[in-house]
Amino acid sequence: MSRPVPLATWGYALLVLLGLTAPFFVYPVFAMNVLCLALFASAFNLLLGYTGLLSFGHAAFLGAAAYVTGLAVKGWGLPVEAGILAGTLSAALLGLVFGALAIRRSGIYFAMITLGFAQMVYFLVLQMPWTGGEDGLQGIPRSRLLGLVGLSGNLPMYYFVYALFLAGFWVIYRTIHSPFGQVLRAIRENEPRAISLGYDVDRYKLLAFVISAGLSGMAGAMKALVFQSATLSDVDWHRSGAVILMTLLGGMGTPFGPSVGALLVVGLENYLAGTGSWVTVITGGVFMACVLAFRRGIVGEVVALVKRSF
Amino acid sequence: MIQVLSGQLLIGLINGSFYALLSLGLAIIFGLLNVVNFAHGAQYMLGAFVAWMGLRYLGVGYWWALLLTPVVVGLLGIVFERLCLRRLYGLDPLYGLLLTFGLALVLEGIFQNAFGISGNSYPVPALLQGGTNLGFMYLPRYRAWVVLVSLAVCFGSWFVIERTRLGAYLRAGTENPVLLQGLGVNVPLMFSLTYGYGVALAAFAGVMAAPIYQVTPLMGSSVIIVVFAVVVIGGMGSILGSILTGLGLGLVEGLTKFLYPPASDVVVFAVMALVLLVRPAGLFGRAR
Repeated sequence: MSRPVPLATWGYALLVLLGLTAPFFVYPVFAMNVLCLALFASAFNLLLGYTGLLSFGHAAFLGAAAYVTGLAVKGWGLPVEAGILAGTLSAALLGLVFGALAIRRSGIYFAMITLGFAQMVYFLVLQMPWTGGEDGLQGIPRSRLLGLVGLSGNLPMYYFVYALFLAGFWVIYRTIHSPFGQVLRAIRENEPRAISLGYDVDRYKLLAFVISAGLSGMAGAMKALVFQSATLSDVDWHRSGAVILMTLLGGMGTPFGPSVGALLVVGLENYLAGTGSWVTVITGGVFMACVLAFRRGIVGEVVALVKRSF
Repeated sequence: MIQVLSGQLLIGLINGSFYALLSLGLAIIFGLLNVVNFAHGAQYMLGAFVAWMGLRYLGVGYWWALLLTPVVVGLLGIVFERLCLRRLYGLDPLYGLLLTFGLALVLEGIFQNAFGISGNSYPVPALLQGGTNLGFMYLPRYRAWVVLVSLAVCFGSWFVIERTRLGAYLRAGTENPVLLQGLGVNVPLMFSLTYGYGVALAAFAGVMAAPIYQVTPLMGSSVIIVVFAVVVIGGMGSILGSILTGLGLGLVEGLTKFLYPPASDVVVFAVMALVLLVRPAGLFGRAR
């Protein structure tokens, strides 16, 4: 597969520039929400786009990390960095357990299994005493970063979230373009062949699952701090569906696609926020249109167009 | 004590009947079309709503609803198969799952807009009101009816698929649709009718559920995830297997409600994890 290197470089430059100036053009909380979900979708894309595994339960990692971070920062009074670390690690651990069980089946069974586990996490979160049940965790403080920089303002918080997003995105980018990432792609294209070449496919899948879960957790931890709350909607299966939509709409198997998809889906949700359940209807409609007519997604179509033109 | 236990087991048996009906429909559709119908829960909800709207706006009673609703919803399913689902055959089955997921969101959203999320109750038909005291427990007549009819429909479907000529076509299509078409069977029509039948089963379950549970737009999404877990546990390879797994897990849920109520929501998923550890292909599944 030939990589359009110049295009990717331009895209990267544009992304960095856009990210640096975004809070001066749009409401910073909106921009932070987009960044969190873009990281979430990019982590999800590592699994769907590059390994060919459709997880229908990724909200479990986002939500569990949000709750753990909330508990660590609010309940135990840990500093922000430690809270994010705790959230990320707990999501990775959860990913290790769920992944080890789920990769025993493949294809659509994998999707149904991850959906079931995520629903289990949902019910646990609903019933455990420290999660606030239906109300969720409220009033998570944004204290000082490394004890120095106050994060209560939206602008410093934005640049903190942005730095974390870039770090997470870099990890995903490096993973995709490493020999490890090539093996993942080989598994996606032809699993029996990868096995016959001597790769321990299950270990590769599991590691990809854990990385994806951990980074989804980091996104959830950031989100908990941005909104200063962790709510049931973060663990709900609608969230797992939304991240699939972001990846599909933006273009799965492309590095930038999920971020574009996240921007569009969050924008759509914000724009339609006052219209009640029409959000659900339109989300579902876009979903169907993507699957029927538009399977490469926006970035995928653009890349194909560029390849055809030059 | 025994009364509480048998009460919970009865509820479990009723839930299990619905799991069996729904996972049977999923298994039939998946067997032939290779599509996991995520909209199954939404179509179950649609069945309950069509019955409820029929009663409220047109005065159509329970018995007619039980007959007509599966036909109406099944026809809608066939239209959906012809217009949308058909375009995805031959692609990765994940796309079918995603398309029907989109449909589920659309249906859920439309009904949520129209009727809100609060529940609407549907009256138990006059003929089945009341109940019998069995000595150790009180058995409401409608619930006994639900269990009996679900079992009859499940085993009727099993009989048709395993023992009749029509079922032989269906099984042949599951094994090799191209060869079957070569033998002169109209396979595309069979695909449409099979999808329609699976959807009709879901709608039938919805009408049966309407007098027991509240009719709400969200009633489908909560049940479909459990039914997926049931399907993973049973394996979709066998019709009888999905019926038995559905009933069994309903009973396990009921028993858990008696022993330790907070765990009753997660017990099915815990069983799923256990089965994956011990027998990854599912209890009745063939390893693929």
